[in-house]
Formats: sequence, C-alpha cells, structure tokens
Amino acid sequence: MVSIDVRNAYVDFPIFDAKTRSLKKKVLGKVGGKIGTDSKVPIIEALQDITMSIHEGDRVGLVGHNGSGKSTLLRLLSGIYEPTRGSSRIVGRVAPVFDLGIGMDNEISGYENIMIRGLYLGMTRKQMQKRVDDIAEFTELGNYLQMPLRAYSTGMRVRLALGVVTSINPEILLLDEGIGAVDSAFMNKARNRLVDLVKRSGALVFASHQDELLLELCTSAVWLDEGHVRQRGSLREVLTAYKGKDPYESIGAEAAKRLGIESSTPVGSGYTS
Amino acid sequence: MHTISTLTSDQPEEPGAVPPGRLPASRSFRRAFDDLRAGVAARELWSHLGWQDIKQRYRRSVLGPLWITISMAVTAFALGLLYSQLFQADIATFLPYITVGLITWHFLIGCLQEGSNAFIENEDMIKHLPAPLTVYALRTVWRLMIMFVHNLIVYVVILAIFFPALAQPGYTIIEEGGIPQPGLNVTALMAVPAFGALALNGLWVVLLLGITSTRFRDVPQVIAAVSSLLFFMTPIVWSIDILAAKFPETGGGWRQYLYEFNPVYHFLEIIRAPMIGNVQSLHHWFVVGGFTVVGWLLTVVVMRNYRSRVSYWV
Repeated sequence: MVSIDVRNAYVDFPIFDAKTRSLKKKVLGKVGGKIGTDSKVPIIEALQDITMSIHEGDRVGLVGHNGSGKSTLLRLLSGIYEPTRGSSRIVGRVAPVFDLGIGMDNEISGYENIMIRGLYLGMTRKQMQKRVDDIAEFTELGNYLQMPLRAYSTGMRVRLALGVVTSINPEILLLDEGIGAVDSAFMNKARNRLVDLVKRSGALVFASHQDELLLELCTSAVWLDEGHVRQRGSLREVLTAYKGKDPYESIGAEAAKRLGIESSTPVGSGYTS
Repeated sequence: MHTISTLTSDQPEEPGAVPPGRLPASRSFRRAFDDLRAGVAARELWSHLGWQDIKQRYRRSVLGPLWITISMAVTAFALGLLYSQLFQADIATFLPYITVGLITWHFLIGCLQEGSNAFIENEDMIKHLPAPLTVYALRTVWRLMIMFVHNLIVYVVILAIFFPALAQPGYTIIEEGGIPQPGLNVTALMAVPAFGALALNGLWVVLLLGITSTRFRDVPQVIAAVSSLLFFMTPIVWSIDILAAKFPETGGGWRQYLYEFNPVYHFLEIIRAPMIGNVQSLHHWFVVGGFTVVGWLLTVVVMRNYRSRVSYWV
C-alpha cells in the first residue's frame, strides 16, 4: 500500500542572498508565500500548516494561482523538501515529473538520455532496455535517437521526455503543470499514454491550470492559496469555487465527448482552458 | 524515499484524515544512514553518471578520455625532468616518485575541490528528484576514481621503463644523503588497501564539504585559494630526504613538522610508498585511520542535522 501523510507541515525557504534590509519591510502581495521577517535571513513561508493524506487510488488535482505553492507542495509530497516544521511520511516509490527537461543531457544521444532519465525515475538499466523500443515507437523520432540531444527541436525533446516518463510504473505519480507543449496531433497520443500511466500508478497528485486535463485525470482536488489549503473536496466542487463557475459549463465539446458528459457549448468551439 | 511505518493507531480513522501518531522526524541518525544505504544501493545510477561526466568532458575530441593520461604523462615527465636536476636526483627513481605523487594528488585535491561543488552543480537534480544525497557524492568520487585509473597507465609505463632501478634494494631518491629505500617487492600490494582508504575518506570529504558548501558558498573559494599552496607544501615535487639532507646533523629537526602536520602527506604516503618501493611507515596509517574515524563521525552528525536542508540551500 502506498501512502503519503503530511501533518502540520511548513516549508520555509531561507533567502541568503537577498538584501535583508529591503525585505525587512513586510511584503504584502497577492503573489507568493508570506515573507517572514523575524530572523536575520529573510524567510519565505512557501507552505504553512499543511495537513493532508494521500492513499492508494487517490487522484488529487492541485489548483491555485501562480506562486500559491503548488510546485512546492509537490516537492514536499515527493520528499525533495522535508518539512521545516511538522512532519511527513512517504511510503512507496515516488515518480516526480515536474520538469520534462530535467536529467536530459544535451551532448548525449536520445537513447542514452532515455537510459539516464529512467535510472533517475528509479528504474534499473534492464527494465529500461525493455522499454526502449516502445519509447522509440511512441516518440516517432526514428534515427534521431542516435543523435545528440542538442540536434533536437523543443518539440522533439518534449516527445522524448514524455515517452520516457509515461513508460514507467510509478507507485506514486506527481505531475506538475507544463506537460502539454506539443503539437495537437501528438498531444492526443500523449494524452492516451498519460491516462494509461495514471491508471497504472497507485496514487496521483496533479498540479494544473487546464480544467480539461484535471477533469480527465483527477477525482478530488485541493485549492492552495498563499501557501495554505483554502479548500478541499471533490474536483467539481473545488474548481467551481476556485474559478467562480462550474467547470462543466465551459468545457470544450471534444473534451466533453471524451469525458462522457453533456456539453453546453456548441460543437466546434474548440478548447477552453 | 522508502520509510517504514511507525504509527500507532488507537483512534478510529476518518476517511481522508491523517492517522494519529508520531511521524518520523527528519533529523535522525536513522535517516542519515538510510540516505547512505540507499545511495550506495543506487549503484547503477551513480556509476552511470560518473562515467557520463568523463565521456561528457571529452566528447567530440578525437582522443577522448585518453587526454587525461596524456596530460598527466606530459606534466609528470616535464616536472620530473626539471626537479630531478634541481635536486640532483637520479631521473630513474625521481620520475616514478613524482608521477605517483601527482596521480594521487589529483585524486586528493579532486575530492576537496569537486567535493565542495558536488551538490551545488547538481542543483537541478536535487530540486527535481528525491534521490539520496549520497548518490551525488558517489558520482563525484566514482568520477575521480575513473580519472585515477586513467592516470595509472602513466605509472604502468614508467614502471616498465624504470623497474630495474626501483626494484634494487637500497636505492635512494636523491643522489647524496638520501634515505635508502627497500625497493619494489611484494609489499607493493599495500597500495590496494591504501587506495580503498583514500576512496573511503574521499566519500566523507565530499559529503561533508558538499553540505557545508551549499550553505556557505565561500568554502569552494577557500579551497581553490589554498590548493596550490597545499600542492607546494606537500612532498610531491620535492622529497623529504632533500630537507633531511640539507640539515644532516639534526635530520631536518623542526622542519619535519612542515610535512608531518600536513594530512595530505600521510594520505599520499600510504599509497606512494608501496607503489615505488619506499619505506612504509605505520604512523601514516594511524593518521589516516584517525581521519577516517573522526571524519566519518563528523559527517554522520552533519548528515543527521543538515541532510534535509540541502534541497533548501542549493
């Protein structure tokens, strides 16, 4: 059984190179966490008093404005940041997919990058060798896989990264926004793989601004605001409160069809996200 | 990564609620040892990354990693030629001396310099993947070990050329007043455990300096500043017989403290002496042993207290 328990967790970042004086004045703003001022080094309280529990089968969406702490929370859940106060416990192998470019080396070939990326995600070399053909087929990169990564276009890199990331068998999958910068024909293919990946994984936490992806992958949601949990509940409930309107009202026809719900927008109006 | 449940539940669980009980603390010796154990276990990852670093450095060059060997050969030969003449030493014994000294020095200073950057240069990885810190330390030490082995080729060639001079019992490194050396024999095998000791110490040095440097960015600068001083203070291009021969009545007197108080000398001597058939002294092993024990104890304490802070600091 996989699970993540976080209790009264705080994530405080010390900012060593900031000029203490100029930050001494308490910064009030809508963007970002609270900036503490009581110590010599300015501290950003990126997350405050987070208590949450994720179990096998959970599909949690994370919503919130830029700087509300979504990415930091994902890092807390993955164990990259251990809480500065409070506690956390992670049982199971975590596969964090935050940035598709990470662990990618420009100077080595696509094949070698598949290998390294897989090792980073906790796979063994043997397991990756079995997957190489599958990834090659999915990415449609063909002979390009022999070339160093610097010869790739941005889209090709994303393909390669998505190919590797969606080939693993994660126990706990943590996805950050920003997976989706590929051409639409490929996106449909990638979407299917992503859905398969989520089905295979024990638990999912997904931070995104795209309602349609959230509706497709998640069942419940957490709304983060300035570093603390503002609301949690079913996905529709939270999205309604967050956006101020029911997400199903503005959904695109194509996505609605895929989700198997009635759409209120006429067919052909395209995506809204 | 994997942590084991220590929960004691005595209340009925609500769905979605966090079960009661204490969760394990970040700052514990167990977490520090877990990090070390999981790091060593990820052998495929760090060995692959270490190799990758080497291949990366020499990518698109015709000779590739052979450049490591070539640059070592050129440096050792030129310095050996110059200093053997300055100190009136026989090139047949002085060149092997200086070569082994340089090869080992590169490993030792690498642990200090690259160790202090071990976590800083892996910032992206540390912030994106929950891997044990030990993986990055082992990547660094492994890379340095690969370099060491490449450099050993120079030693093997020089040994093949000058074997008769080195194998002769009673040879001296400098012509006049040198200490008679036992010559190469079966005790050369002591170089193997010596290299093990270097690697074991390298790992704690990398972990300790790596953690310290992520918090205090002046540490790498300090190390860079003192590294050339350390090079000249350590008997690498000069030998301790030269110092002793200059002051024959006292055998060097207080001057021997110039190198005896330098830890690098002892780490160097445990491996250099067997490799060129010099006098092996147990006191070097005591110093190295002491550094191993104290260094690892210190590192484990620092790992316990600051391991979880590294991802915040980088």
